[in-house]
Amino acid sequence: MNKPLRRVAIFCGLLVLALLLRDNWLQYVRADELNAHPKNKRVTIERYSNKRGNIIVDGKPITGSVDSGDNFYAYKRTYVDGAMWAPVTGYASQAFDANQIEKIEDGILTGNDDRLFFDRTLAMFTGEKKKGGDVVTTLSGAAQRAAFKGLGNKTGAVVAIEPSTGKILALASTPSYDPASFAGYHDKDAKAWQALEKDKNKPKLNRALREIYPPGSVFKVVTAAAALESGKVTDINAPTDTPEGWKIPLSTLPMKNHAGGCANATLNDALRVSCNSVFAKLGDDVGRDKMVEMAEKFGFNAEQFTPVRSAASVYDKKADRGGNALSSIGQFNTATTPLQMAMVTAAIANDGKLMKPYMIDQLRAPNLDIIKKNEPEELSRPVSQRTAQQLQEMMENVVENGTGGNAALDMDGVKVGGKTGTAQHGEKNAKRPYAWFISYAKTAQGSPVAVAVVVEDSAGTDREDISGGGLAAPIAKAVMKAVLKSKG
Amino acid sequence: MSVVTNTTTIGAIEAPSRRNTELALLAFAVAIPVFAYLNVGLAIDGKVPPGMLGYGAGLTLLAGVAHLVVRKFAPYADPLLLPLGTLLNGLGLVLIWRLDQSPRLIQRATSAYGSFSPDAPKQMLYSAIGIAMFVGVLLVLKDHRVLQRYTYISMVAALVLLLLPLVPGLGSDVFGAKIWINVAGFSIQPGEFAKLVLAVFFSGYLMVKRDALALASRRFMGLYLPRGRDLGPIVTIWAVSLLILVFENDLGTSLLFFGMFVIMLYVATERTSWIVIGLLMSAGGAVVVGSTASHVQSRVAAWLDPFGCLKTAPEGSNMANACDQMTQVLMSFGSGGILGTGLGQGNSDLIGFAANSDFIFATVGEELGLAGVMVFLLLYGLIIERGVRTALAARDPFGKLLAMGLSGAFALQVFVVAGGVMGLIPLTGMTMPFLAYGGSSVIANWALIGVLIRISDTARRPAPSPAPNPDAEMTQVVRP
Repeated sequence: MNKPLRRVAIFCGLLVLALLLRDNWLQYVRADELNAHPKNKRVTIERYSNKRGNIIVDGKPITGSVDSGDNFYAYKRTYVDGAMWAPVTGYASQAFDANQIEKIEDGILTGNDDRLFFDRTLAMFTGEKKKGGDVVTTLSGAAQRAAFKGLGNKTGAVVAIEPSTGKILALASTPSYDPASFAGYHDKDAKAWQALEKDKNKPKLNRALREIYPPGSVFKVVTAAAALESGKVTDINAPTDTPEGWKIPLSTLPMKNHAGGCANATLNDALRVSCNSVFAKLGDDVGRDKMVEMAEKFGFNAEQFTPVRSAASVYDKKADRGGNALSSIGQFNTATTPLQMAMVTAAIANDGKLMKPYMIDQLRAPNLDIIKKNEPEELSRPVSQRTAQQLQEMMENVVENGTGGNAALDMDGVKVGGKTGTAQHGEKNAKRPYAWFISYAKTAQGSPVAVAVVVEDSAGTDREDISGGGLAAPIAKAVMKAVLKSKG
Repeated sequence: MSVVTNTTTIGAIEAPSRRNTELALLAFAVAIPVFAYLNVGLAIDGKVPPGMLGYGAGLTLLAGVAHLVVRKFAPYADPLLLPLGTLLNGLGLVLIWRLDQSPRLIQRATSAYGSFSPDAPKQMLYSAIGIAMFVGVLLVLKDHRVLQRYTYISMVAALVLLLLPLVPGLGSDVFGAKIWINVAGFSIQPGEFAKLVLAVFFSGYLMVKRDALALASRRFMGLYLPRGRDLGPIVTIWAVSLLILVFENDLGTSLLFFGMFVIMLYVATERTSWIVIGLLMSAGGAVVVGSTASHVQSRVAAWLDPFGCLKTAPEGSNMANACDQMTQVLMSFGSGGILGTGLGQGNSDLIGFAANSDFIFATVGEELGLAGVMVFLLLYGLIIERGVRTALAARDPFGKLLAMGLSGAFALQVFVVAGGVMGLIPLTGMTMPFLAYGGSSVIANWALIGVLIRISDTARRPAPSPAPNPDAEMTQVVRP
């Protein structure tokens, strides 16, 4: 009987071998895939298993953690002024995952990041509970409050940047949502989430980073920059060769001007009163390729990582001549995020140097050691210093004598430059236009702030009153004022 | 060749008893679970668990008693079987105790039944009964060949045990499988005991009939086909397996019994044809059952594509539950990775239902990782190997068949359970021997180890010295 016995023994050995192989396949080969599976609750459990680190503004946390007394998720996220800060923090929900900083810096906030290994090991020996590290932002509470208050119940977004460093000072988007309303995983959290999902005003949309709007006239500063850089215009106060009713190439339509006195206007005047014909023609003169090049130097056609990802702004690379002319005044396919326009303004205010925008200043370990500090980084030099100064001169003229008067600050030693925009959109421009305003403030020490404001079609405002100067400029002014005041 | 160096159970004339080896191994088998217990306590509460002393003393006592009984009543027994059983049982207790601490499982039990009672103390009691059973087997069964006398009684007993859960009023339908009976407040799984009794019946029956089964056959296409009347028993067993499957919803047990029978038949007759016939019949059974029983269908769906079937299965259906369970188990294994999360630090309690019984192997996978699972599989592999060696060493065909049947059944059970949990084969509701929570399983498996130890003792016992031969001095054998 021994021969079949040995064979059965081999068979039993094969059974065990099959189990061993299967286990290796499961726990070695497929481990990562199973571990990261969206159905795997462990990631979320881990995220809330101990006190989460905080997101810090002006030295004070704008987030918090409370003991939820729950068997699955020990701690629950809370927010200070949730709706105001939501475009910065994002949310961290037990049921609906997390996004933005809460997600990007999850490792630091939970304390699981490799860079916190030493802290964790130390905590293990001292018997302390594992704690998460903090994310210190570059934002300014005063600027953010001014922006959020300024937008009020209108739909829109504000981005403020410190031009010399690229630090984001304000990032507001309305209507907003309170991330605390669905931080848990119970019925009321689900209801709050569903309500936000269904809301046709899209409160969860981060308009400052993720929505692209036609920029309208504010784009003219980019066209002006291209005209100066390419040498098509050398003297901003010399008349341009532009007939009133300049014909759009490949079309029989003349370019319409809302402003008067645009025939052969100087570049300076054309920007001040916002002449469509002058800039459309300049864009055509510069040519599509140079226009694309200039726009891309400012950051168009690329996503920006602040580190929260923004949508890519668009300047059409394949437009025909007519399309290019329309694009040059911010119409046709041109579309931009508020962040992008703030970058353009910041580059001009910073004498032509575009700094990479960022909103995380440093990452801190639970014991306050700095794990990582972000240093300002130059992104590109879209225009020369001379061109930048010419652009500044023109933009300051806009505020002093032109459409941007509402942004003028009555402060000693502070110069303000700006540009209004009223972007028509929709079929045959039937929808109510977007109001834009970009501006910067400048002191003898340089520029402390550049702002971009967009206000979408707002209920209760007459169509005639929707204009960059009327709706958006006061918000920009409030933000600039807040920054200048907090700088002392 | 010196016989002293012979460390196997095979064919030693004067094999050393190896009782001290067993004792040393037992020390490890007790120390490792005690450290594991400490580890869980530190991981969960951050302090030395209060029950550690009691647990350590209890396990030491059980192992000590078992060892002394083996030393006295089965001195030549295989030295590995008892330590392996003790180690697995001890670690099983730790894992069950660990799951008892899970607030999620406590909450689940409280909301479902209104109360929660920890399973580890009960399992400790069952382990004690199991050791008592082991001791009982060694005390009562002085020679395993005695069991031959009970061949047909065993058959009746096995059938009764198997069919008991179908008796109205006695059997209870728990979570879709009718494999429990309620006696005086205890629920017992008679199938676990039937495994042993059935092995006795098969051994006795096959020992007598093996020649008829092996030789009286016609050759057809290279296979020896048995006579119709010899086919009777195998068809009967097949039918009973199918009955169990269909009426008790117990895929595992039916597979186990049929597999055990085919293995023993093959060993007894040395005819490959039995394997072929067995495979054909189980394939036929699988097709019939797979196309009729919804229970089996959902298990198969959960096996083929657990994540996919979770999406397609109707919400709240049996199939959705099966798939959800399977995905949870797989993610448990995945989260464990190579070294595991550490005892007490995993989330295998997310499996929820039956986490400490049918799915306890997932906790091993998550908290001890690939390394831990491989250790456990090798421990099981060693038990099987020692069983097969015992079968090889046994001098009587009955003992050979019995040892082979028991170790074969053990191997199949480990394969079916672990393979099911790891998604290698469709899931069946069976217990991991020694590891899973459940009285019947622990007790029956200790009895199984007892029988194997008895057979190995008989096999390794030195032959009695021959009677003095008056002619001895006149004959001289010349050896090279």
